[in-house]
Amino acid sequence: MPEPQQPEGAIAGTGMGGAMDLAVSEATTLEAGRPDGSGPAGKPRSLWSDAWRDLRRNPVFIISGLVILFLVVISLWPSLIASGNPLKCDLAKAQEGSQPGHPFGFDGQGCDVYTRTVYGARTSVTVGVCATLGVALLGSALGGLAGFFGGFWDSLLSRLTDIFFAIPVVLGGLVLLSVVTSSTVWPVIGFMVLLGWPQISRIARGSVITAKQNDYVQAARALGASNSRLLLRHITPNAVAPVIVVATIALGTYISLEATLSYLGVGLKPPTVSWGIDISAASAYIRNAPHMLLWPAGALAITVLAFIMLGDAVRDALDPKLR
Amino acid sequence: MGRYVVRRLLQMIPVFIGSTLLIFLMVNVMGDPIAGLCGDKQCDAATSAQLKKEFGLDKPVWQQYLTYMGHVFTGDFGTAFNGQKVTELMATAFPVTIRLTIVAILFEIVIGITLGVITGLRRGRPVDTSVLLLTLVVISVPTFVTGLLLQLLLGVEWGWIKPSVSTDATFGELIVPGLVLASVSLAYVTRLTRTSIAENRRSDYVRTAVAKGLPRQRVIVRHLLRNSLIPVVTFIGTDIGALMGGAIVTERIFNIHGVGYQLYQGILRQNTQTVVGFVTVLVLVFLVANLLVDLLYAVLDPRIRYA
Repeated sequence: MPEPQQPEGAIAGTGMGGAMDLAVSEATTLEAGRPDGSGPAGKPRSLWSDAWRDLRRNPVFIISGLVILFLVVISLWPSLIASGNPLKCDLAKAQEGSQPGHPFGFDGQGCDVYTRTVYGARTSVTVGVCATLGVALLGSALGGLAGFFGGFWDSLLSRLTDIFFAIPVVLGGLVLLSVVTSSTVWPVIGFMVLLGWPQISRIARGSVITAKQNDYVQAARALGASNSRLLLRHITPNAVAPVIVVATIALGTYISLEATLSYLGVGLKPPTVSWGIDISAASAYIRNAPHMLLWPAGALAITVLAFIMLGDAVRDALDPKLR
Repeated sequence: MGRYVVRRLLQMIPVFIGSTLLIFLMVNVMGDPIAGLCGDKQCDAATSAQLKKEFGLDKPVWQQYLTYMGHVFTGDFGTAFNGQKVTELMATAFPVTIRLTIVAILFEIVIGITLGVITGLRRGRPVDTSVLLLTLVVISVPTFVTGLLLQLLLGVEWGWIKPSVSTDATFGELIVPGLVLASVSLAYVTRLTRTSIAENRRSDYVRTAVAKGLPRQRVIVRHLLRNSLIPVVTFIGTDIGALMGGAIVTERIFNIHGVGYQLYQGILRQNTQTVVGFVTVLVLVFLVANLLVDLLYAVLDPRIRYA
């Protein structure tokens, strides 16, 4: 009997919290490949246009898409809905509750919670988007190349991802970020890319290995297509779906991870305005002024939820098994 | 079977070396390990040079790593910042965290799988939809927020539990912290079981079992559940390592003096030996848990044989 094949990605443990683990194990059921494309009209459709047709009718996709659009708009132009200055605080008003003009009340330093919550969106979205882009690009490049070429570099990469998986993420964050004094978002993003890429690389590798065994790839190779042409024209479009799904869900977990790191005191630092900083600052006053914690935490939860649901919807649309 | 285990154990060696080396390098980047030894003051140059020589810190990193690992394999994990042996810290910290992890895993198994089976069998019904929504909410709220809120509500407002855990950290005190630690994974176990049950429900063997007149209970437990549990077992197995590493946050909220607490102290005080020592053990736990999961496959699915 052959040795059992570990389902690719199923052993993805300790990654960026559980969210990605599940995303991985569910996303691996995605078949990377075009369905036969015989729609009701008999006209062949690609996987993508098929998926888009499904998505447009999916209320979950529409709602989460609108939430994300709203978040992106207010991160670009926060002054659209918040006229105040997030760094302008009045200690005399510290911990006070809701007042006219200040619907969410004031935090421990007397800053307006509403303004800070609106301005915090930018930091969280920046961290999420940049970390995800970095992880997705690095991970899929390394994983894809390893899966395509196989051999020594492939085994080396697989062992390397095993090594990274064995290190608990929060712990790695504490160790690496405890020396950082910069108050920008870049050290946090860099850390997330450093510890996050193996997750995507494992998915990309499996997905490329599936795609490269397809007949059309063999045919293109037989016709003399170069490796780069095979990779770019034939394999990537058919292997990228699981990566997109996992990356979308991961984006939510990175935002949540930023908050956790800030709570542990090694994430972002003031004067950066972020939900994580505000939540951890508010945790000291939770008994007297829970509103300080609830608003930024609620905003964070809605954001994470929107990305997870978007990822779910995209996965359902791209999974031919469910059709 | 035996040969498979041996091969897997051999494969664990490079991963173990790699992970510990990685964390060793990270801790070395972390800062000057002797900075914390002279109290709050800066050590003067002569003392620091002498201390560096005493601890072997003047040697290259790879040599330090080899020396350290040599000590570890003789059971010597070095000393912590307060002069206590790291092994002594481990002896007090690990039992606490292991108890916490056991509580968390029990929550995942009992509540997670039960909810997963219920929702998987009633896909699309109100129960299913509400549980699914609940799991999404649990996943999207960061663990530390869940923990703080539960601590406020149960511990302070309603007084059902003590807000912080005593140094004994008995199982009873760890129920709520364990639930908090498990919360996100619990939601995943529910969703994973649900997907798996719903998928297998339509399979031929379930139809056969129903057709030959087996009672519903037996069909679900012996046929459906056993086949659906494989991905769930994988998840829970890999989660053991993640839970013990992720306990830092939960232990901080409820003031539990476990592995997370010691690690946090070690990092704050830049004590290399505490951090590397604890992480080394955590990595070992993770690797062994993964191996056990692979062996459990054969129990759940007799089609899998280990050559």
